[in-house]
Amino acid sequence: MRMLIAVSLLSLVPLSVNAEIRVFACEPEWAALADEIGGDLVETYSATTALQDPHYIQARPSLIAKVRRADLVICSGAQLEIGWLPALLQKANNRKVMPGTDGYMEASRFVLRLDATADLDRAKGDIHPQGNPHIQMNPHNIAAVARALGERLGRINPGNTATYENNLSKFLTRWEEALVRWEDAAMSLKGKQAITHHKSWVYLLNWLGIEESASLEAVPGIPPSAAHLSRLTTQFAGGGADLIIRAPYQHGKASEWLAERTGIPAIVLPLTVGGTSDATNLFTMFDDIIARLQGAMDDA
Amino acid sequence: MRIVSIPGALAVLILFSPAASMAQDTDLESMRAAIDELRADYDARIAELERRLAIAEQNASQAVYAAQAVAPEPEQGGGNEAFNPAIGVVFQGRLWGTDGPANESEGFATGETELIMNANVDDKFAAYLTAALAYEDGESELEIEEAWVETTALPAGFGARFGRIASGLGYLNAKHSHQWDFVDLPLPYQAFLDGRYIDNGVQLTWLAPTDVYMELGGEILQGEGDPSGLAASTLFANVGGDVGSSSSWLAGASYLDRDDMASLSVAHFIWKWAPHGNWKDRNFVFQTEYFDYSDTGIDGGWYAQAIYQPFERWRFGARADGLQTDVDDPRRYSLMLDWSNSEFSRLRMQFTQDETGATNRNEWGLQYIHSIGAHGAHTF
Repeated sequence: MRMLIAVSLLSLVPLSVNAEIRVFACEPEWAALADEIGGDLVETYSATTALQDPHYIQARPSLIAKVRRADLVICSGAQLEIGWLPALLQKANNRKVMPGTDGYMEASRFVLRLDATADLDRAKGDIHPQGNPHIQMNPHNIAAVARALGERLGRINPGNTATYENNLSKFLTRWEEALVRWEDAAMSLKGKQAITHHKSWVYLLNWLGIEESASLEAVPGIPPSAAHLSRLTTQFAGGGADLIIRAPYQHGKASEWLAERTGIPAIVLPLTVGGTSDATNLFTMFDDIIARLQGAMDDA
Repeated sequence: MRIVSIPGALAVLILFSPAASMAQDTDLESMRAAIDELRADYDARIAELERRLAIAEQNASQAVYAAQAVAPEPEQGGGNEAFNPAIGVVFQGRLWGTDGPANESEGFATGETELIMNANVDDKFAAYLTAALAYEDGESELEIEEAWVETTALPAGFGARFGRIASGLGYLNAKHSHQWDFVDLPLPYQAFLDGRYIDNGVQLTWLAPTDVYMELGGEILQGEGDPSGLAASTLFANVGGDVGSSSSWLAGASYLDRDDMASLSVAHFIWKWAPHGNWKDRNFVFQTEYFDYSDTGIDGGWYAQAIYQPFERWRFGARADGLQTDVDDPRRYSLMLDWSNSEFSRLRMQFTQDETGATNRNEWGLQYIHSIGAHGAHTF
């Protein structure tokens, strides 16, 4: 009888003997990176999915509860999450992950950011003073953040530093091999020109040597207008761009409208892990990006 | 380079050696095989050299990146100017009209224009100020709406706030007027709390370490009436979660005990939906609160509203609100349409059919809500 009670009481005790490090990532690419570097030692959660515009999500109760128990919060930063992350941090009552502590990490701090500006005027749209936050689109940046994340995980979980370092070096070896492969395959893309829906592709285009000739949004953050699309149709009627790029969470209407009238192919590229069915992890995400870019060039 | 000339030398030997008939054919075959083998060898070496060159170029470009990588800057977490508080101003105004007897709410009003400032105080506290700029009776006033300090480093999921705070009672009470979906507050807030209940005091909250959001909280506030102060207290609890990847909900119950009024209990429920949780594009919100007032004369009040955003920037909504008294159930019905050019500006049109008075009355109005400067993250 006592055994029965003891066993049933034990079954109520949460089996958290493993004491995994809980990583709360604002975006899927950082959850994927934490999985690579942390392996079994971490339990990751991504606040957003590839089907959501990460600028505008609700600071909802389920996210607050996740931040409450997180050991590490990792986000792109550069004000990408300024519309919701501060509300989560304020309500989560978790002092381990407040800005300024080891438990809070902004990935964009560890890389060179493009388009930083001191000319802060909202008439120019949704601009980020510390630079464009979509840094995950250049695999060199991923490597830099990986190093920083490995070091940070070692700092908040010192008992497992050796494992994190080991995982990191294995990841970086595979990543560097993949980088050679991607850059080799993308040689033919150098010098091409792209029209983008929103300025989320600057790091990708910069890496591949593709020029950004125009944006469907007249001003970042304001949806594409008929007037601006007409202007673009005139501008690119005789060529001048090789493709139109958008993210999976953006409406295809504007890209397809322009594609129809100019003959420029419109494609969807994953902006993060999970953005397309093939982009299941960081490696396959870039595989898919290169494949889709080449596919668009071949079709043209 | 020496190696390359061997096939050439072999070829010369073959060409100028004395003809020998059949034996020479087999020699020729073996020569060709040898040449092919050498060619394959060179191809392999060139491929290897090309691969190593590619890696060297790769390393060179990575070295450039490594050199450019910035030393990590100290986390700021909100993009604030160093040591300056985040400052924002919300410009609000409305133009209101009614077909009933003339009242003071008609015409232009800008009383809800707000100045908002917040910053971290140090590693354990943050502070927050909202002041309302009002122009009344020919005088301009700066009213302190909220001014509080909150803890940022309490352990075990606790949080505390003290100063002049908006009570955690109900759902809409903690939301500033620029966050409302209608120009005015629902009837129960006007009837029981005379607007939003903001008072001097202390608030303590505790967030449970569970996957389902569970928050418990309480306040001790100055209240009215009792000369020794501490005449009001509240208790509240909130739970919330997700349903699939498109829906989220929040439910709560709260209780206010204040010396100058009967006790008030409020239950609230909010449901938010967006396809795949992509809030920017299309979304829907349902919100309702029920007030129970233990007093003779007036028993309670309620409101229910639904707001739908069919595509970016446009929203329309409907609300019904009312009170329950011994005598009757006064009600109002409102419709609204708003357009937001960006997340910082909003223009709204509202129409209300007011059936609370002896005779029905229609009200209509336009409102603008425009903000500059820092704009805090909105809660759920």
